[in-house]
Amino acid sequence: MLLRSGFIILLQRGALEPLKPVTATTRILLGAGFFALFLGLWAMATEGGYVQPLFLASPGRALAAGWSLLTEYGFLGDMGMTVWRVLGGFLLAAALAVPLGLMMGAYKGIEAFFEPFISFARYLPASAFIPLLILWAGVGEAQKLAVIFLGSVFQIVIMVTVIAGTTRMDLVEAAYTLGARRSGILRRVIIPAAAPQVMEALRLVLGWAWTYVIVAELIGAQSGIGHMIMDSQRLLDTGQMIFGIVVIGLIGLVTDLLFKLLNRRLFRWVAL
Amino acid sequence: MQGLSIRGLTRTFPGQGSAGPTLALQPTDLDVAPGEFVSILGPSGCGKSTLLRIVAGLDRPTGGSVTLSGRQVTRPGPDRGMVFQSYTLFPWLTVEQNILFGLRERRVPQARAREIAAAYIARTGLRGFEHHWPRQLSGGMQQRTALARALANDPEILLLDEPFGALDHQTRELMQELLLEVWGADTPAARKTVLFVTHDIDEAVFLASRVLVMSARPGRVKAEVPVPLPYPRDWMVKTTPEFAALKAKLMGEIREEVRKAALA
Repeated sequence: MLLRSGFIILLQRGALEPLKPVTATTRILLGAGFFALFLGLWAMATEGGYVQPLFLASPGRALAAGWSLLTEYGFLGDMGMTVWRVLGGFLLAAALAVPLGLMMGAYKGIEAFFEPFISFARYLPASAFIPLLILWAGVGEAQKLAVIFLGSVFQIVIMVTVIAGTTRMDLVEAAYTLGARRSGILRRVIIPAAAPQVMEALRLVLGWAWTYVIVAELIGAQSGIGHMIMDSQRLLDTGQMIFGIVVIGLIGLVTDLLFKLLNRRLFRWVAL
Repeated sequence: MQGLSIRGLTRTFPGQGSAGPTLALQPTDLDVAPGEFVSILGPSGCGKSTLLRIVAGLDRPTGGSVTLSGRQVTRPGPDRGMVFQSYTLFPWLTVEQNILFGLRERRVPQARAREIAAAYIARTGLRGFEHHWPRQLSGGMQQRTALARALANDPEILLLDEPFGALDHQTRELMQELLLEVWGADTPAARKTVLFVTHDIDEAVFLASRVLVMSARPGRVKAEVPVPLPYPRDWMVKTTPEFAALKAKLMGEIREEVRKAALA
């Protein structure tokens, strides 16, 4: 019944015409609608007794567990730790990878030197390095940062290389005829032309960095969201585990949004 | 030796795959005096753009040489300003910043550079658009900016590679008049040398004091037609019998080449 009437409303609003854009209101309503549907199904499965609480907590219980985590167990501190690790490892990776990628994209000789190795290193799973990294760096922060660094750095290099390498040749030629030399081409054409896409690539990789940090925190950590999830497993507290996962999703969503806003602010010419 | 001098210029493109090398340009000689406006007319793929790109230093000849006022051309430089057919404004820079690009590259003091930019913004009718981004401009406005950007460097020669080729017919005619206006604003002795590549006969005749017709590939200059119409010219010139006669003559020359190019 509900699905049927929903379908009819969509048809009436013209939201099911191929490739036709929908209004902002319709879009927001639809987006919120799926969240509501998801929550409803979850609540039905758990509150209705179809799934044992041992395996899946109800939304209400997850929320209550989250509240006690925040008020009694200092979960905000864990969140802070996790955010700092992601940002720390990610920024270190970006600081190395972006300049290297730009150089590789701009200068084919440098690309030929690094590219085969980086293509290979890109497929080394960061999580498989965790035991080795613990051996090298212990279970402290350096090890956590290293996991995220390893997980992000090669991806960023490859993406930035491709972006910088596909700079429009006619813009480069125009710059040459205006008197630019080699350094000017890199500084005043390749870098500004690549900048918006590089920021988009960073936004994407930051999302991946979030998955690495949790893996890093599942093993040998004393704090962080991943550590809390691991602890909750020992207590079979699915409410806390789910709350932790949802928090990761929310932080990811917020950083993504902030990144998008920053890009829009920095590169107003792109959206014209 | 002032002006542009081209001697025995050839260009062969290496073959790709099983195809053999392509001769794009047969040995070509050409002299252009300072202040001359020369159109190079030819069918698509006749090597006219290749010729221009070699003069610009963006392509290397297989043989022969290009000298500009006695200096051999080996690489691109600000003494040869260029406007391309494709829109090549830097999309992250405003109109004014685009025009300032070459001046900054040449370390012209900022106050002086802005003065120069303002002068060319005025000459090309871009006032009020200084702070627009290229994507906010029509094709015609973008090419005005590209022209102003090339001129701001005060080049010795202006290389125009079908700059109005992507514009609609009406805009194109307005731009031709604008170009003549900007070029003719200097005293005859101070005028820029211009090499204008096009496949449009009207355009070639209307603008130039001399039209070179290039043959179908492999390209060579097969005919040279002086245009004795006095400057300044406006669109009315296109309605005169002299213009019609020149056009008829060039049409005869070019039809044959277009037919050959189509069959090749």
